[in-house]
Amino acid sequence: MQKFSIWSLLKNSMTYHEGWQRQWRSPRPKSEYDVIVVGAGGHGLATAYYLAKEHGVRNIGVIERGWLGGGNTARNTTIVRSNYLWDEATLLYEKSMKLWEHLSQELNYNVMFSQRGVMNLGHSLQDMRDIERRVSANRLNGVDAKVLSPADIQQMLPFINLNTRYPIMGASYQPRAGVARHDAVAWGFARACDALGVDLIQNCEVTGICREEGAVTGVQTREGVIRAKKVALVAAGHSSVLAQMAGLRLPIESHPLQALVSEPLKPIFPTVVMSNAIHAYISQSDKGDLVIGAGIDAYTGYGQRGSYPVIEQTLQAIVEMFPIFSRVRMNRQWGGIVDVSPDASPIIGLTPVKGLYINCGWGTGGFKATPGSGWVMAHTIAHNRPHALNEAFSLDRFYSGHLIDEHGAAAVAH
Amino acid sequence: MLEIECPWCGKRAEIEFSYGGEGGIARPTQTEQMSDAQWGDYVFMRSNPKGLHHEQWRHTSGCGRWFSALRDTVSYRFAATWKVGEAGPQSMSQSKENLK
Repeated sequence: MQKFSIWSLLKNSMTYHEGWQRQWRSPRPKSEYDVIVVGAGGHGLATAYYLAKEHGVRNIGVIERGWLGGGNTARNTTIVRSNYLWDEATLLYEKSMKLWEHLSQELNYNVMFSQRGVMNLGHSLQDMRDIERRVSANRLNGVDAKVLSPADIQQMLPFINLNTRYPIMGASYQPRAGVARHDAVAWGFARACDALGVDLIQNCEVTGICREEGAVTGVQTREGVIRAKKVALVAAGHSSVLAQMAGLRLPIESHPLQALVSEPLKPIFPTVVMSNAIHAYISQSDKGDLVIGAGIDAYTGYGQRGSYPVIEQTLQAIVEMFPIFSRVRMNRQWGGIVDVSPDASPIIGLTPVKGLYINCGWGTGGFKATPGSGWVMAHTIAHNRPHALNEAFSLDRFYSGHLIDEHGAAAVAH
Repeated sequence: MLEIECPWCGKRAEIEFSYGGEGGIARPTQTEQMSDAQWGDYVFMRSNPKGLHHEQWRHTSGCGRWFSALRDTVSYRFAATWKVGEAGPQSMSQSKENLK
């Protein structure tokens, strides 16, 4: 791997930048791998990376239907935070946050992680009680969090309209939270994976999961059968489709989730604002565009596009809170397919099929968990049992009833 | 915006309707005899197909009544809607023809 640094930049600038190497290979799939990861989004690539780096598994194939990082990794609003309510969730997301804080150095790739803080607004007395409860729970778990008054909010965002249809009564605030550049996360992990010998196989759709006597033996793809004793499904919105190939049913429903970006503006928005109650999420990217997220469409869908009423409602809320943006033009709008679980918490762990592992159910908030999700998933695959951090996130919890209800902190009403 | 045909009121705009999840899931009657696996399957597990999906909708801002629908989850197009209790489309293959 060609190391990126100020010196390599200088050196290459002397040679008209013609000396840069490709960041990863495009290999032909081998006939057999030790581990196959299905899905080359952020979570799948992070899984392969930590498997190779922390657990010494080098013979790994990551198989992707489209191109790497082309699904939800490229379609989210890039918010990273760890202020969840329950211990299990907080510890998992906080593990991820700790990995984020050193990810650029770890991958030698600038993921542009910017800890500019995240506000979760409260619009009613009950919202404020929930916020105080969640902030207290965060602090007990060692996660930075505080309650902001309307005056505190006004100080950070002088142009906010507090007296909206749903008045802004306060907010929770996590200073260490922020945003990162989503594409760079996928590319950084892909480059680091490739350097560790992981094969990244794009444009290779998995069409079946081969099993013998209740154990996985490989996957059927468009390029033929690829054998492996361990297969991990990390496919977000398409998890149910893949699980069905292995005869499994999941408690997942795939919904469209929309986002949009504006034309680039000069720096105006110093933090991230999220509002669960009115479905509006806004931040400003380093390029200058306002990044705006909506709530999910109520119906299920695999179409990677959402409906007009949802985006209209979101923009009404944004303009009501920030009248200053009423004449900003929107550049692009798109949808992703999010895998929503009944308790708004992910499913990471073993399945009833031997050698088949699953990582899904991140719903509307998977991006923030990218490194942590890969880290615990790699441990789960390498040791054939979950790490303490993801033990509670098993598929079994839907039979035992030990749900981890994070609807409040997931910040998108499902 | 989707145009959805309420079996009572006819074609109306999407915003008048609420989505009610997967259809055709019968509530078990002998609940005390069910295992955790069966109960978990009934409460949480969903087919979530990529393609035709049998689902329930409610004409919330209209007649307020529930109805059944068959909808394609990729094109989002409705293949059929029918009143609760009536027989749905004869077969999935026929509905696939209607979508073309």
